[in-house]
Amino acid sequence: MIINLTDISFSYPEGAPLLNNLSMQFYKGDRVGLIGPNGGGKTTLFHIIMGLLKPYSGKVEIFGKPVREEKDFRSVRQRIGLLFQDSDDQLFSPTVLEDVAFGPLNLGKPVDEAKVIARKTLDSLGLSGFEDRITYKLSGGEKRMVSLATVLAMEPEILLLDEPSAGLDENTRASLIKVLTGLDLSYILISHEMEFLDSTTTSVYILKDGKVFMNGDRQIHRHYHIHPHSALPHRHESGLGKKYTDFLA
Amino acid sequence: MMIEESFVNGNSLIHRLNPVLKIGFAIIYSFVVAVSSKFPSLFAALFIALFLVILARLNPRKAAVRLAAVNGIIILFWFFLPFTFQGEALFHIGPFAVTRPGVIFAAGITLKANAILIAFIALVATMRVTTLGHALNSMLIPEKLVQFFLLTYRYLFVIQTEYQKLTRAVKVRGFRPGTNLHTYRTYAYLAGMLFVRASVRGERVYQAMLCRGFKGKFYSLHEYSISKADITCAVFMTAAIAILVVLEWTKII
Repeated sequence: MIINLTDISFSYPEGAPLLNNLSMQFYKGDRVGLIGPNGGGKTTLFHIIMGLLKPYSGKVEIFGKPVREEKDFRSVRQRIGLLFQDSDDQLFSPTVLEDVAFGPLNLGKPVDEAKVIARKTLDSLGLSGFEDRITYKLSGGEKRMVSLATVLAMEPEILLLDEPSAGLDENTRASLIKVLTGLDLSYILISHEMEFLDSTTTSVYILKDGKVFMNGDRQIHRHYHIHPHSALPHRHESGLGKKYTDFLA
Repeated sequence: MMIEESFVNGNSLIHRLNPVLKIGFAIIYSFVVAVSSKFPSLFAALFIALFLVILARLNPRKAAVRLAAVNGIIILFWFFLPFTFQGEALFHIGPFAVTRPGVIFAAGITLKANAILIAFIALVATMRVTTLGHALNSMLIPEKLVQFFLLTYRYLFVIQTEYQKLTRAVKVRGFRPGTNLHTYRTYAYLAGMLFVRASVRGERVYQAMLCRGFKGKFYSLHEYSISKADITCAVFMTAAIAILVVLEWTKII
């Protein structure tokens, strides 16, 4: 078990409780999709794991150790990489190479080594030749892939990906799926796209009413109908009980 | 786009020079020119600046457009400076006398401003803003100021995009500015919202930096080597400054 949240509660000032005695376990090798309604606290949950937000109550344990203070989280952040929803938040350096090298430099790597790591990471994502590109002049898809490179350059063990597929075209989405499935990493991934979740994750957690529901088995899957499709939504009767759509309803 | 960097793409001698040398010369040159007042030295300075532009092989039309912006303001000086100085009158326009010291003063300002601007176009506008930042970093400029400068540059574009989004949002709902309270209120909302978004953005960027192990120190990837051309140019630049100083502060001419 690498992330263990127990009884986490959180609310923004003047807001209703967003997370309500939430508990969640995440194991090494897991590739989990996190779904839930907009404003349901998915991003907040990521920020609590990274120590960017403090829960009002509850316990955060990462890699078997409780983490509370800023300095506890510093070592956590080397091992867990967070990909932000908006790539413009992530990319703040003028050029791509500097941005990707920023993490390794902070980890105390010498400049030459940081450059090598940055180049290697860019190559592995099919971004060779991007080193001197100006970050703000990249396209949306390029920004997303470079952001991923900045996170991967720190060689994390877990990734938290906040809507990585949002706003991507078919090609970029396909290469993102290829990169994610080819990584030897555990990750939690927020997405609203069922097909994307289907091709990148092995199970799905649902965040609803401030709690995480872990279903274990995969709920989202491709399936074929022996009867003609209908434009009307339909429900399946058999299976492992409630479907995620029922949870979200 | 707000900052076009339209002179950075080039492969002239000036483009290849060490940025620290270029900035260093531009600063010293500007100081010398700014405190000079004799015409021989000012004309010499203008000549040096023009020579640098030619060396940098810049598009003369683009450079002229930039100069026009500054000279638009300088024209204003010509409207009142010649009339506000006491001294020998050159000629009269109605009841007003155009004096010799006034004209000389205005001409001096015009020469100085153009010389310094042309030198900056040739030396500083030929490097990317990022290069400028790193070069400043390796000079004696405090790291925090340099990072402030680079982050401003980076997010200016994002904030501009936010502003465009907001103005588009009001336009598509039929907003047309006029002289009324509704217009003022709308602009106040726009400005306020821009501040809010910029500040929230700043917070998120900082969080993203924390997530990547930021501990308050920035590292630079850049080191600039010193080439033979740099040394040669440094000699010529020193000579150029020396000439300006001699022309201004000795009585050769």
